[in-house]
This record gives sequence, structure tokens and C-alpha cells, in this order.
Amino acid sequence: MELLNYDFMQRAMIAALLVGLTAPAVGTFIVQRRLALLGDGIGHVALTGVALGFLTGTTPVVTAVIVSVLGAVAIELVRARGRTSGDVALALLFYGGIAGGVMLIGLSPGGSNATLMSALFGSISSVTEEDVWITAALAVAVLGVVVYFGRELFLLCQDEDVARTSGLPVRFLSLLIAVTAAVTVVIAMRVVGLLMVSALMVVPVATSQQLSRSFLATMLLAMGFGVVATVGGLSSAFYAGVAPGATIVLLSLAGFVLALGIGRFVRRSRAQESTP
Amino acid sequence: MKSETAFAMTGGHVVLDGRPVLRGVDVTIAQGEVVAILGTNGSGKSTLIRALLGLLPLSAGSTLIYGAPPSRFREWWRVGYVPQRLQVGGGVPATVKEVVSSGRVARRRRLSRTSSADRVAIDAALSAVGMSHRAGDPVSTLSGGQQQRVLIARALAGEPDLFVMDEPTAGVDAESQHALAGTLAAQAALGKTIVLVTHELGAVESIITRSIVVKNGVIVHDGDLSVRPGGRHEYAGADLDRSGLDHAGLGGIGLGTGPLGTGT
Repeated sequence: MELLNYDFMQRAMIAALLVGLTAPAVGTFIVQRRLALLGDGIGHVALTGVALGFLTGTTPVVTAVIVSVLGAVAIELVRARGRTSGDVALALLFYGGIAGGVMLIGLSPGGSNATLMSALFGSISSVTEEDVWITAALAVAVLGVVVYFGRELFLLCQDEDVARTSGLPVRFLSLLIAVTAAVTVVIAMRVVGLLMVSALMVVPVATSQQLSRSFLATMLLAMGFGVVATVGGLSSAFYAGVAPGATIVLLSLAGFVLALGIGRFVRRSRAQESTP
Repeated sequence: MKSETAFAMTGGHVVLDGRPVLRGVDVTIAQGEVVAILGTNGSGKSTLIRALLGLLPLSAGSTLIYGAPPSRFREWWRVGYVPQRLQVGGGVPATVKEVVSSGRVARRRRLSRTSSADRVAIDAALSAVGMSHRAGDPVSTLSGGQQQRVLIARALAGEPDLFVMDEPTAGVDAESQHALAGTLAAQAALGKTIVLVTHELGAVESIITRSIVVKNGVIVHDGDLSVRPGGRHEYAGADLDRSGLDHAGLGGIGLGTGPLGTGT
């Protein structure tokens, strides 16, 4: 593994591995809740957070976490209120986030199109040691939430009314999913960029959905696919000299198409087995 | 089980989208009663049970679950709610066992390992509805009736004192209706309270001890179901689907004349 001889690639690999593991774990709940585009929404809002970091000279990851958590809470509150006006309210938030980010990056000293591009499409090779530590801490927090609240989140995603009549704190758990998704978006930002962040939460889950039979297996398999996509994508991008974020996303999509075919085949042969 | 009041609603009003759906409902259900809430579509019967459970807020009046308002009620393990159908959500697969196990959530502490009591209750719930052999199958591969049985098993797994069921017999095949009636009869014999909303009684009729008919958001009948031959006009007056209440039409279900295969 010649690529691991470079310090920046070692850091990039650790970040990629953590993202591949956490994004699909949260993603499984998000997909089941029909919030597949939540990550995209948060990604847009997070751009304003990144820009605020540049503007104020704070670490962009920190400001991104703060702003995207606030955005996620706002999105969840709009969602819980009802659906009709929610759509438009969400759209306003997304465009506000992107426009605010572009504006603030332009205003910040040293802000350039390059800064903007790296936030939008990822810049994994510029991951610093501090970034790795922050990413690792956030990833532990996200996986901790999934393990600790997993049983309750499963029921919440199955049926909100049943969750409520089981005495679960439905509002808290809904906010928890949104906030965890926001944190995941920030972790994944460096690796694939804000515009493609959601792909890592959704595509591995959609892939494993084709092959698995249980919720737990879907989640674990999706985490496996996530790691293969991020680590595999990053290494191939290194050797081929192409953009890592795009390679990772395209690799996940290729995996999805493959799983779609295999899934069909497996289901058909299962159906034949069960017919006498 | 000591004599208790499961539900007590006084002057309950519910407004949905600016339209009054419940208009002054007084109802008290004691522990151990098996109550059918009847009514046509849009009569407000589903709204009534959702309001009783605190899933819908009252615009006027008050309601208590085991003596506490829903917002301050803490003993949710005593309640087993069976919704009308299994929600598909985003289509992430879940096995029969996963869904049924989630019914124990009110009785389990976070991070706790599955105890032997959990395991026993889950297995008992699965076998009570005759779905043990499908435990490892994804719920999406089951028929509508089988999915309904899984939802009931989820409630059973929590070992509640009170079952609240929304249309448990709607669109359910004869075999599943029969299984459901047997399961509910066993629970009723244990002194559990059962409240079910339905627009047709089907196979469960034999265990009902009381019927409440809702029409246009008010209760128009509350009493014994067995007096029906004499009092049938009351139901006719409530515009009930006659075929649903027609005794003769139910005969076949108990005898299991329907397809008895495991069918999918």
C-alpha cells in the first residue's frame, strides 16, 4: 500500500473510513423515515456554517456543526408541524443556506472560489490532524447515539403512533435523528463535499436494502458498503488522479446497480423455491 | 386485576382541519371490558380511539388513561396499540421478529440485553398469532392478514393490560380473522381490556361484551351487543354496513371455510 506512505493520505484514509462507517448507520433510519433528502438540506445549510468559520477565523468544522445542527432542528420542527407548507419552508432554508454561504465566503479574507469548491465537492487531501481528531470524536458520538437509542429509533421509524403509545419521547427522538444527521453531514463534508454528502447516507442503504432481510442486517451491510466505497474510492482516485469525492459517489452508485441486479435474481430464485 | 378504569372521556371534542370530528363524547371503559366501537367511515370512530390514547389533542373536554391525562401518563407498558396497517416507510426491510420485539420497548431499559422474560414474551406473541414459522421473514413478504397478525403480536409482546385496535379485521383473510378471534378471546379471559374499532365485526363478534356506535361525532348507541336481534333498528339507524353486522354472514369464518393455506 504505497499510498499510505504519505501522511496526508493516512489522514484522508482514516477520515474516509469513519465517514463510510457512520453515514450509512444514520442513513438507515433516515431512509426508513422517508427523509432521504434531509442530508442534502442540511448540507446546503452547512455551507453557511463553513463560511462563518472562514469569516471569523474559527475552525470551519466547528461552525459547520453549530449551524447545521441549528438547521436540522429547524427542518425537523417544520416537518413535525405538518406537510403542506413544510415543502416550501424547507426550500427556503436550503437556498438561504447556499446563498448565505457563497456570500460569506466571498466576504471573508482569503475566501476564493477554491475555498467554495472544496466545501462543495470535498477536499480530503487537505485533512489536518486536528480534523481527524474532530471527525473521530463526532463519529464516536454518532455511532453512540445509534447504539444507545437504536431500539427506540427503530420503533419510531416503523410507526410514530406506536412509538408514542409505547411511551417513547417522540419529539426528542425525532430531533435526535435530525441532529445526528447534521453531525454526520459535517463529518462527511471533507470527504465527498456538501453537495454529495447525502449520497453516503442514502446510496449504501439503498444498495443493502436490495440484498438483506432484516433491519439490523441492512444497517451493518450498508456500513460495509460505505467503507468499501469511501476507502476504495479514495484509493482509486489517488492512483487514477481524479476527484476523490466524485469517485466515491460513483463507486457507491455502481454498487447499487450491481445489487439491484443481484437482488432481483436472489428474490426470483427464492420465489421459485417456495412455490411447490 | 383490580377493578380500574382504563379510559374515561368527558365532553370530548376534537377538531381536525377546522372541522369538528368528535362533538361531545362521554365514555368510560372499565378494565376487563371487550368493547367494539362501530360506525361508518368518517363517523369519528378512529378519531375517538386516537383521542383516547392522546394521539390527537382534545379541543374541549378531558380524557384519562388509567386515571391520568395522556400527557402525564407514565405507565405506557400497560397499553398495546395496534394501528390499522403496517407502515412501509422508506422500505428498509425488517423481519417479523424485529417488528414483534419492538413491542417490548416500553418494558426494556436502554442498552439492556434481551432478557429471558423478553424472549419468552416475544416467542409467546409469535406463536399466539401463528407466525412463529415466519419469524425470520421480512414483513414485506407477508399477506395483509399476516401483517395484521404481526402487528397484534407486537402489542402482545409488550404484555399490556389494554389493547386498542384500529380495524383489526379490515381486509383480513378468514384464517387470520379466526386466529385473531382466538387470540383476543384468550386475552379477554385473562382480564385484559380490549377496545377495537371496526366497521364490520367478523369473527371477533363472539367475544364482544359491549358495543359503542359512533355517528357524526357523537355516540348514538352504547350497550350490549347480544340484544341486537331486538335492537337491530338501532344499528340500521346508525347507517352501519348491514353485511358487516349480519350474523348469518359470519358463520363461515369460524368454520374456516376460507383458504387455510399459509398463502402469501
